[in-house]
Amino acid sequence: MLSALSLFRAEDGEFSPPSIFEFYPEIVAFAGTPFAINRIMMIRLIVMVLLIVIFWLWTAKFNKAVKTGNVVPGRFQLLGELALNFVRKSIAHDQLGEKDGERFLPLLTTIFFMVFGMNITGIIPFANIAGTSVIGIPLVLAGVAYVTFIYAGTRKHGIKFFKNSLFPSGVPKPFYILVTPIELLSTFILRPVTLALRLLMNMIAGHLLLVLCFSATQFFFFQADGLMSLFGVGTLLFGFAFTLFEILVSVLQAYVFTLLTTVYIQLALADEH
Amino acid sequence: MDAVNIAELSGNIAVVGYGLAAIGPGIGVGLVVSKTIESIARQPELAGRLQVTMWLGIAFTEALALIGLATPFIFV
Repeated sequence: MLSALSLFRAEDGEFSPPSIFEFYPEIVAFAGTPFAINRIMMIRLIVMVLLIVIFWLWTAKFNKAVKTGNVVPGRFQLLGELALNFVRKSIAHDQLGEKDGERFLPLLTTIFFMVFGMNITGIIPFANIAGTSVIGIPLVLAGVAYVTFIYAGTRKHGIKFFKNSLFPSGVPKPFYILVTPIELLSTFILRPVTLALRLLMNMIAGHLLLVLCFSATQFFFFQADGLMSLFGVGTLLFGFAFTLFEILVSVLQAYVFTLLTTVYIQLALADEH
Repeated sequence: MDAVNIAELSGNIAVVGYGLAAIGPGIGVGLVVSKTIESIARQPELAGRLQVTMWLGIAFTEALALIGLATPFIFV
């Protein structure tokens, strides 16, 4: 490692920087079967159950409020209304309009809350790793987004959707030699790949940063001697700051993922000019 | 004759590659945000829409840096 921290390596104790093997924790159950469960998979399952329970409670609250006509929401209900309205108003309706927004709202809401729920475990104590920091979930979500925007396009324009996106109008004929491969690459290959990679890499980088900060803190406080341990205060503060930053990143990635899915759907639905 | 090692470095060259890959998107994200701030200063009433576009621009630009981060895992 070229990092500055490796300077302290030769002294007493070994500082081991985090590596990619952080993301391959040991298997805890069902080893040897295709259903082997490790720590990350367990966190995902827990998050899934929590999401289902929270949404179930929210819908129960909303139904009750509608039935009794009690329009003053409690704290829990208010949070739900804010969160659901955020996706509905400022993502779906803003980008797709009322009609198409409502059509794709269930999918967009699912994507938003699933990404957020899986991201936020990265900073929750004792979980400490994001469910999205292994390719599985980002890949599934990107696949869903991919299928959805192709579905939206072909449903509206039929086979002309592919013609419109591969041969954009207003381009002189000979230029299609250049334009078509680029469009093919950017629309049908890079879109899902970047969707999955953006989420995955943000979570991997975030987790590695946090591990680096806190393992350096541990090293400085308990293994480095003398004045060197003062560095630990700095790394601890950095770790704390990055934890706050990670909260921002998990919300932002959920927002960006949902927004991009929406924009792809919107582009697929748009009439050709 | 043996070559003299002036400075010996050990590690993975991919680290340098990632450093290089981060330059472009860094400048790009800076440009996106600075232009958004400029536009909001000119037309504060459009702030909401401009911010949505800003996040989109950042997401697209940032993807390049993240591809840079991903390649060493794939090709090394």
